[in-house]
Amino acid sequence: MSRPDITASIAGIRSPNPFWLASAPPTNSAYQVRRAFEAGWGGVVWKTLGHDPAAVNVSSRYGAVDYDGRKMMGFNNIELITDRSLEDNLAEIRQIKREFPNHAVLVSLMVESTREAWHDIVKRVEDTGADGLELNFGCPHGMSERGMGSAVGQVPEYTCMVTEWAKEVAQTPVFVKLTPNVTDVRMPGRAARRANADAISLINTINSIMGVDLQTLAPRPQVAGRGSHGGYCGPAVKPIALNMVQQIASDPEIGLPVSGIGGIQTWQDAVEFMLLGAGSVQVCTAAMHYGFRIVEQLESGLVNWMRERGFSCLSDFVGASVGRVGTWNELDLSYKVVADIEQDACIHCGLCYIACEDGAHQSIARTEIPLADFMAEPMGNTAVLESGRLTVVAGAGAGYVNRYEIKKDSCVGCNLCSLVCPVSGCISMQEADSGLPSMNWGEYQAKLATGEVEPIQPPGHA
Amino acid sequence: MIPKTRLSAEELAVNFADLHPAFSRDEALAEAARCLYCYDAPCTRSCPTGIDVPGFIQQILHDNPLGAAETILDENIFGGSCARACPTEVLCEGACVDRTLLTDPVRIGRLQRFATDAAAEKNIRFFEAGPDTGKQVAIVGGGPAGLSCAFHLRRLGHAVIVFEARDVAGGLNTIGLSPYKVSTEFALTEIEPIRDMGVEIRLGETVDADRLGALRQSHDAVFVAVGLGPTKSLPLPGADLPGVDEALDFIFPAHLGPLVDCRVGDRVVVIGAGNTAIDVATQAVRLGASSVTIAYRRGPEDISAFAYEYELARQDGVAFEWYVRPAAFVGTSTVEGVRVQPVHPDDLSDAGATRIIPCDQAIMALGQTPIVDRLGPLGEGVFSGGDCISGGAEIVDAVQDGKVAATEIDDYLKGSGR
Ligand SMILES: Cc1cc2nc3c(=O)[nH]c(=O)nc-3n(C[C@H](O)[C@H](O)[C@H](O)COP(=O)(O)OP(=O)(O)OC[C@H]3O[C@@H](n4cnc5c(N)ncnc54)[C@H](O)[C@@H]3O)c2cc1C
Ligand code: SF4
Repeated sequence: MSRPDITASIAGIRSPNPFWLASAPPTNSAYQVRRAFEAGWGGVVWKTLGHDPAAVNVSSRYGAVDYDGRKMMGFNNIELITDRSLEDNLAEIRQIKREFPNHAVLVSLMVESTREAWHDIVKRVEDTGADGLELNFGCPHGMSERGMGSAVGQVPEYTCMVTEWAKEVAQTPVFVKLTPNVTDVRMPGRAARRANADAISLINTINSIMGVDLQTLAPRPQVAGRGSHGGYCGPAVKPIALNMVQQIASDPEIGLPVSGIGGIQTWQDAVEFMLLGAGSVQVCTAAMHYGFRIVEQLESGLVNWMRERGFSCLSDFVGASVGRVGTWNELDLSYKVVADIEQDACIHCGLCYIACEDGAHQSIARTEIPLADFMAEPMGNTAVLESGRLTVVAGAGAGYVNRYEIKKDSCVGCNLCSLVCPVSGCISMQEADSGLPSMNWGEYQAKLATGEVEPIQPPGHA
Repeated sequence: MIPKTRLSAEELAVNFADLHPAFSRDEALAEAARCLYCYDAPCTRSCPTGIDVPGFIQQILHDNPLGAAETILDENIFGGSCARACPTEVLCEGACVDRTLLTDPVRIGRLQRFATDAAAEKNIRFFEAGPDTGKQVAIVGGGPAGLSCAFHLRRLGHAVIVFEARDVAGGLNTIGLSPYKVSTEFALTEIEPIRDMGVEIRLGETVDADRLGALRQSHDAVFVAVGLGPTKSLPLPGADLPGVDEALDFIFPAHLGPLVDCRVGDRVVVIGAGNTAIDVATQAVRLGASSVTIAYRRGPEDISAFAYEYELARQDGVAFEWYVRPAAFVGTSTVEGVRVQPVHPDDLSDAGATRIIPCDQAIMALGQTPIVDRLGPLGEGVFSGGDCISGGAEIVDAVQDGKVAATEIDDYLKGSGR
């Protein structure tokens, strides 16, 4: 089979691959964008431009959440839009487009909320030869206090109005970038659609305080001891972004292509966004963390996954999982899974047991097996060490080894044990027959009314 | 007379530097992140003092090293020494499930050191004496067992006096361990918090059977934790030649004076293959002996030394002579060799002619002799623990014995109405 074609095409904009750098510090200058394209990125959304005088940025600007030893699981910033002059930026965009005619160069925009301001910036940016525009209605910090960014994105009427202004003069595709700081992201999405936007990018960053310094009591990041609500992104926000991408992609009233953003770090992340409807994906934090080189891993992962699955181009799978998400009411109440512990793989850490005992349904039995009995049975993969006339058994202590077994009758199939188990393939969720006909909530209500089924009881119910 | 080491103070400092250097903060955090936080954790079950290992590792991970130290010291007041000296391979780390998952255990000992060092640096006192009960307990022997008992008795509010025969407190924890595991200075710092709880330690006071009887009268209870005596000597021809030495006599000077004053032969033969023999051999190498040989009457599978101790000796360049039984020490005015009888591996019967392993120092390291019987029958109100009862175990076992004895003594004092 020939190499899968990963050319992306979204709202008429083509790029050699679906991996774009989001409008953010990595796309601040021609120097960086050139390095990015040379590294293999398919497109960029230029760091948001505004009218002169350019914005002023503070120091410091970024904060991070480290999680049990891993750095930057979450990341936030209080940086504003570009602090370089409009002219400098436009000249550099023009130059880049000349050097990389086949790469996607979109330009993010955020100006004062007047028709004149938007008309002016759209025309000047399009004059550079840029491929498209992205209206930044998302930044939750700083600019929003001046009536821009998320102040626009949080009010569907404003979103519609400003998008219309841009569309009145735009010759290139207009992407509207949405803020997640709303109760229902479909509302601003529909507003963008009403204004004839060509595509939607989401999500922008989430309102956040990264933490408090326990020595100085100042919030993080701090500027002279004070902080401000910053925009949260990085791997930790991915599930929130996936949810919103799917909501936009599945909404019949919107029907626009989507560029997915939010915590993408690995090729799997990127593919998941695409399965839930994203035609291209935008990356920021991962590139800020590790540099532009990560695109090699993204591309290699995507291509080999496509090879393995037999997909020849992106449209073979973009959006394939959108229809798999629906309301809770549509779920099959008779579907049943039960946990199963592969005893030979168990290392006796007890994490499944205590999780189920305290956090779920008390459905794991713990038995203390005397060490001698344990050693008489097959050992699974338990590490044993002979040292100075002693036999030392990993997982043993005080003369016994714990055996953990699922109480199949009361297991509700919640997944918790399999999620906490540190051993690959040790705890699996196995499909089981519930003895019930397939039915969703509505069907169940109907069958109950006719007496066709008994009320469903939780497993283990006396 | 065996000459002093020829190595300089600088060379000795390098040779006796920490076997496992302290973790940096980043190393500790990375290591702590490996801990799975097991339930009914095998490591805790395998620690003789029952330290909540996953608990203290989480405290380290969450930037609370002082809390971690408190968790450790609460169960084991010699937590810093144990962190360095415990045979973790066969205790907590041996039980670590990461050995199965990743072939490598979480370095519990080194994390324990990281936490206890943090507390020691800040000189924190976590524990206070309990409200005075008016009861008085005498403790005979100021080693880990005696001092651990003293600590827990003070927490329970009993007054404690410790009688220690030597001029230095801490027993073998202070003067018996390899200096590259626990330095004398560090061992002594761990005694300070115990003293600060109001434990009186009387140095240079040997308790004999008569004095024990008197203590039983003058105190509400007595705890005997006198440890063990010198290692056994072999009744072989030439055993009284100069240069034929006993293991502890060889080890103690490394703690009792500067290393440059330690004496060591040029070619040393060590008899025995337990942990003490390994300590003697590695100390001899590190003091500058040009060859060190361990002679043992069985094979490598039979040694009682722990696997990592054996490995350490091999790394230090110690040679091993297997299946040889010492028959005599030979020499005219000083020892010049050990005559050994080779034996059959199968039944240890003599195999061929004897031969001589040349040396200028021969050290017997064959397990310590009991001394507790010198105190006569212990009788009512006298409790005992540590090496003198176990016959020789680890620091951590002695600490636990002392802790358990404190509880038993407390029960006794409440029950006896004394
Ligand atoms: C060479 C060697 C190396 C060792 N290495 C390690 C190691 O690496 N890790 C480890 O965990 N363990 C090690 N051990 C074991 C450890 O040292 C002991 O298990 C531990 O010290 C026992 O504590 P204890 O309090 O019972 O006895 P001791 O430490 O022996 O303390 C007994 C104290 O009682 C005093 N005493 C004795 N008789 C009297 C008396 N009549 N009156 C008053 N005081 C008296 C002694 O002077 C001594 O201070 C080693 C032991 C040896 C011999
Ligand atoms: S005291 Fe020793 S055995 Fe116990 S946890 Fe610490 S290092 Fe491990």
